[in-house]
Amino acid sequence: MQTLPVFSAASAEILTGIMICVTLLAQTFLGDKVKQIAYYLVQISLVAAFILLARELYDPAIITFSGMFDDDAFSRLLKLSICAVSFFVFLYSREYITEKNMPSGEYYILGLSSILGMLVLVSSYNFLTLFMGLELFSLPVYAMVALQRKSVINTEAAMKYFIVGAIGSGMLLYGISMFYGATQSLNFADVAKVVADSSAPQSMLLVFALVFVVSGVAFKLGAVPFHMWVPDVYDGAPTAVTLFISSAPKIAAMAMALRIFVDALPGLVLQWQPILIVLAIFSMALGNIVAIAQSNIKRMLAYSSIAHIGYALLGVIAATDEGYSTAIFYIISYAIMTSGAFGLLTVMSRNGVEIENIADLQGLSDRNPWLAFMMLLVIFSMAGIPPFVGFMAKVAVLEALISVHLVWLAALALLFAIIGVYYYIRVIKVMYFDSSKAKQQAVNLPLDKNIAISVNGLAVLVLGIFPGSLFGLCLSVVHTGF
Amino acid sequence: MIPLSHFLIVGAILFGLSLAGIILNRKNLIVLLMCVELMLLAVNTNFIAFSQFFGSTEGETFVFFILAVAAVESAIGLAILVVMFRNRGTINVSELDSLKG
Repeated sequence: MQTLPVFSAASAEILTGIMICVTLLAQTFLGDKVKQIAYYLVQISLVAAFILLARELYDPAIITFSGMFDDDAFSRLLKLSICAVSFFVFLYSREYITEKNMPSGEYYILGLSSILGMLVLVSSYNFLTLFMGLELFSLPVYAMVALQRKSVINTEAAMKYFIVGAIGSGMLLYGISMFYGATQSLNFADVAKVVADSSAPQSMLLVFALVFVVSGVAFKLGAVPFHMWVPDVYDGAPTAVTLFISSAPKIAAMAMALRIFVDALPGLVLQWQPILIVLAIFSMALGNIVAIAQSNIKRMLAYSSIAHIGYALLGVIAATDEGYSTAIFYIISYAIMTSGAFGLLTVMSRNGVEIENIADLQGLSDRNPWLAFMMLLVIFSMAGIPPFVGFMAKVAVLEALISVHLVWLAALALLFAIIGVYYYIRVIKVMYFDSSKAKQQAVNLPLDKNIAISVNGLAVLVLGIFPGSLFGLCLSVVHTGF
Repeated sequence: MIPLSHFLIVGAILFGLSLAGIILNRKNLIVLLMCVELMLLAVNTNFIAFSQFFGSTEGETFVFFILAVAAVESAIGLAILVVMFRNRGTINVSELDSLKG
C-alpha cells in the first residue's frame, strides 16, 4: 500500500517550481508594461523559499517521495545558503543585464530553474533524483552563458561548457549504472547497505564504478584533472553569468559529492579517499600556481576557484563528522567570498566599462574607497589571511585533516596556500598603490548595490571574527543529518 | 539467452567509442554532439541489461528519464551550435580557440 508523499517536505522546491511558471507567464504577458517584473518575482520567490526553509531548519529529517527525497537539516542548511547567495547574485546583476541588453527575463527565469535543480540535487536520496537535479541545475546554465547571442566568445564558452558538462554527466551516469549493477538498487540507503557488506567478487566492479562517479563529480566541481572548462567559461561568459556560475553551483556540487560519498558510499571510504587526495593536491597546486600567471581577473578567480575546491575537498577526505562539517563551512564561506568578488566586478562593469583585467582596477581606492575596501576584505579572505572567514575555513579544514593523522597533506595544503597569497595580494597592490594612467571616472553605485556589497564584504569579516554560530550549525547539521 | 556480460561489453564499447570520438574529433561539432548522445545510449544499454537481469523495473524507469534528458541536452546543444554558426560561420572544433590563457 503506497502512502501519499509528504509534500510539505519539498515545500521550497514546489514553491520555486510554481514561481518559475508564474514568472514565465508574467514576463510574457506583462513584460512590456511592468519593467523588471521577472527580477522582482524571482527575488520574491527566493526570499519566500528562504523563509520556508529557515522555519523548519531544525525539524526532524523526513525521507519521502518513495525514498527519493531526503529533507534533513543538512539539505536545509545548504538550500538556505543557495537561496541567500543567489539573492545577492541577482541583486548584483540587474543593472549589468539591462545595460548589456541581455534578455533580462530569460536570465532570471533560467537562473531560478537552475536553482530549483540545485535544491532537488541537495535533497536527493536516490541516484535518479540526484541525476535529475543535476541536469536541471546544469542545463539552464549552458543557455545562460550564451545569453548574449551576438558575442563570439560567449557562444564559444557556452559550447565548451556544454560539451564538458555533458561528458561529466555521461561519466557519472555510467558509474551509476555500474553501481546499480553491483547493488541492484538506486536508493542511497540500500546502496550503502550492500556496499558495506559486499564480498570480494563485487568489489572490483564497485571500484570500477566509483572511478566513473568520482570523475563525474570532479567535472561538476571543476577539480583537476577535469578543470579545463573552468577558466574558459569564467572568462568567456558575461560577468553576471560568471557570478552566478561561481557561487551557488559550487555549494550544490559539493552537496552532491557529500551525498554520494557519505550517504551512498561510506563503505568505500578506503577507495575514494586516495582518489580525492590526488584530486585535491592537484587542484590546490595547479589552481594556485597557474593563477599567478593570469592578467585577466576573471581567469585568475577561475583558477582560484579550482584551488578552493581542492581545499573544500580536504574536509571530505578527512572522512569524519568534523571533516564533513568543515567542508560544508568551507564551501558556504567560499560562496560568500566569490559572490562578493564577482559581484564587485559585475557592479563596476557599468557605463560601457567592462572590468576584464586586473589592471582595470588601477586606482580604485581613489575612485571609490569604500568599494576598494570591500574588495580588499573579500580578496584577503580568499587568500586566507586572519581574521577573515577564509582563514577560519582553512584552519578548520586543516585541523580536521590533522586529527585523522594526515599531517603531510595539511602541510602541503598550507604550502600551496602561501603560494596563493602572492596573486591575491597583487590585486590589492593594483587597487591601492598603482595610480591609473588613463583618466578613469569615479565609480558610483546605486544604493541597493552599495548596501548589498557592504553586507557581503562585512559578512566575510564578521563570520571570520565570530565563526562559532555558522560552524556550530554546520557541525550540528552533520551530526543529525547524515 | 544472451548472457549479461555481452550486453555490458556492448555498453562499454559504445561508451569507449563515444569518449574516443569526443577526444579525437577535431573537425565537426555535430559529430561531437552525436558522441555525447552515444554516451548516454551506452549508459541506457547498461541499465536495460541490468534491469532485465535482475527482473526489476527500476533501471528501465531510469532509462526513460535519461532519454528525456538526452533530448533536452541535444536541444540545448544544437541551439548553441546554431548561434555559434551564425557568429563565426564555421562549426570546426579546432577553431574554437579564442579563449586561452
